[in-house]
Amino acid sequence: METLMVILVGILVSIGTYLILSKQLLRIVLGISIVGHAVNLLIITSGGLKTGSAPLLGEKAAGFTDAIPQALVLTAIVINFAVTAVVLVLCYRAYQSFGTDDMEQLRGDEHE
Amino acid sequence: MKPNDVILKSVTQVAAVIILTFSIYLFMNGHHHPGGGFIGGLSMASAIVLLYLSFGIEKVRENIRVDFKKLAAIGVLIAIGTGMAGVVFGQPFLTQAFGYRDLPIFGTTELASALIFDTGVALAVIGTAVNIILSISEDR
Amino acid sequence: MNNLLIAPIITPLLTGMVLIVFQKNVMLQRILSLVALVATIVISVLLMNQIRDGGIQSLQLGGWEAPYGISLVGDMFSALLLLAASIVSVCCLIYAFSSIGRKQEKLYFYPLFLFLIAGVNGSFLTGDLFNLYVCFELFLVASYVLITLGGAKRQLRESLKYIFTNIIASAFFLIGVAYLYSMTGTLNLAQLSIRIAEVGQDGLITTVSIVFLIVFAMKAGLLLFFWLPGSYSVPPTAIAAIFAALLTKVGIYAIFRMFTLIFYHEPQITHLFIGILAAITMILGGLGASGFSDLRKILTYNVIISVGFIMAGLVSFTSAGLTGSIYYLIHDILIKAIVFMIGGTIVHLTGTSNLKNISGLIRLHPQLGWMFFIAALSMVGIPPLSGFLGKVFTTQGVFEAGYYWLGVIGLVASLLILYSMIKLFMNAFWGETILSVEEEKGTTKGLLFPIALLTLASVALGFGAEAITGYVAQAAEELLNPNLYIQAVFE
Repeated sequence: METLMVILVGILVSIGTYLILSKQLLRIVLGISIVGHAVNLLIITSGGLKTGSAPLLGEKAAGFTDAIPQALVLTAIVINFAVTAVVLVLCYRAYQSFGTDDMEQLRGDEHE
Repeated sequence: MKPNDVILKSVTQVAAVIILTFSIYLFMNGHHHPGGGFIGGLSMASAIVLLYLSFGIEKVRENIRVDFKKLAAIGVLIAIGTGMAGVVFGQPFLTQAFGYRDLPIFGTTELASALIFDTGVALAVIGTAVNIILSISEDR
Repeated sequence: MNNLLIAPIITPLLTGMVLIVFQKNVMLQRILSLVALVATIVISVLLMNQIRDGGIQSLQLGGWEAPYGISLVGDMFSALLLLAASIVSVCCLIYAFSSIGRKQEKLYFYPLFLFLIAGVNGSFLTGDLFNLYVCFELFLVASYVLITLGGAKRQLRESLKYIFTNIIASAFFLIGVAYLYSMTGTLNLAQLSIRIAEVGQDGLITTVSIVFLIVFAMKAGLLLFFWLPGSYSVPPTAIAAIFAALLTKVGIYAIFRMFTLIFYHEPQITHLFIGILAAITMILGGLGASGFSDLRKILTYNVIISVGFIMAGLVSFTSAGLTGSIYYLIHDILIKAIVFMIGGTIVHLTGTSNLKNISGLIRLHPQLGWMFFIAALSMVGIPPLSGFLGKVFTTQGVFEAGYYWLGVIGLVASLLILYSMIKLFMNAFWGETILSVEEEKGTTKGLLFPIALLTLASVALGFGAEAITGYVAQAAEELLNPNLYIQAVFE
């Protein structure tokens, strides 16, 4: 199971990298959020998968899953969400004021 | 041209109430079971966003007169404030206390200071989530 | 348990939240944010003295014991950085009062500034790897917004690059966290140190340490500084000054913490690697600083050189080297804020950052010119100014450890700093006075006071070096001795 997840993470990271390397702003944002999701999956996998029941007080179970990666991933998702929101708004503003979403044209002046 | 959204509006009227109730259930349930301030606040924010979607920003703003930026700030203030309570009593920051009290209607109930902390978290989440959606959608 | 440790994080955060509620009242915002940051200075002085008397302080949030809960740890290194950071932030805030503009003040400038400081302080104090990530994100998100404040076209363009590189670096940070957690089963820095010392730092762990090195090198501008010159030259002066003074330093702090507390078993691999990066950084930074004739570009490349130089002390991994690095780090936080503020003031006066169009400012602005001269000499390391001790100790440590090439490159880089700063001074301040008072684009009213305050602090750091010798020596000893840190967490 862990091996499958790691392969999935690898696929997602490569898709994300491909998107980040393209020129359109929106594709870059999508690529970043896909890489973010890949990283979240990696964190969840890092604690081991399916090793016990939910880590709740009062449950009668032989073993409990490691709760820390779940707490970490929740925080990471929220931060990812906030950052993506900021970036999206910023890209929209950039598109409005430059009239283009092509990174090639957003390079800046050569001698600046 | 205004789209014809009768179905959306009538569904929202019912669904918003259900979502709001469920969000309060999630919020209160969070002490020992899945749920809590974060997820409760998030589902409440989704109900508010649904209202915005179906009735328009202007109309909802007339009825819910809340500045969501300030709501988020007040939420964080409440959450940190409960943390400071521990400092006042000479305990580490964020120490939570709980106890059992006899209340008139509910009987013996567990009262925990974590509930106040969670209220702060919920307000912060509602404020932030709605605010993000609003600031993206307002600008045309 | 010491609740004072949470205060440097909570004070700015809480004040920032209050300021969001009172967004309209600019006067109240100014007063409250100043009070909060001055309070942070007082707290860090108190903390420093407590650490001097009682060793490393720690706090377990919510009373949950160390490996399970969230730990905050304050050793002398973080306390010294905390003090320097809060002094600089107060001065940048005063500078912002008269330069940032009424519109920006209402657009949540002060809350964002305070969140930035809270994030930086949090990174200095946290004893948990994941919380380090959270604090990094806190000040990064604040910086994403601050860098675009004003919304000029150049700012938007550069900020996009800044944000994209930082988000990717943060993703790598999380990848490193996940790897480390799956190998060691903990993220508490002290427990990580114990476990890695127990099982030994094998090839896999060294590889993960390189992942962390890449992440923090990106944030610190160690070799991966391609984003830095563009993004540090676009925001308003007060913001650029605080960025130059603090943001790269947090990355440096993280590298120091990781490679003295956790990954210190294989210095011939990791530390040598850092040394090579530092050497290349100093050379490239020196070339950039001496090659450009744009005021802001010269200053940003000087930031890069100093990053390389501070790293040299860590590479040597000797008592003298680390002492030098700590001295130089504190000195650099103060001095970078000064030169960025002076540079911003020059641009504000003349309306251009091209050195060819600036000349003879010293006739009308003698204070500005001489303060810049002091700062320039201090950066080069002329005794008895504040850069001197750092340079001497770092170079001594590097030579003791046998990294002669690194020491020589460090000294050559100092010469390049001298060349670039004197070039800037000669061009901007000497020569024929082109602009009369009436022709200037702005005034220095209210801008000189914070610069003077910082210059005073920097000179005091140089002349009063005796006074802080004990503190710095203790900080270096704690860095060389991870057991002190571990004991403090698991007391």
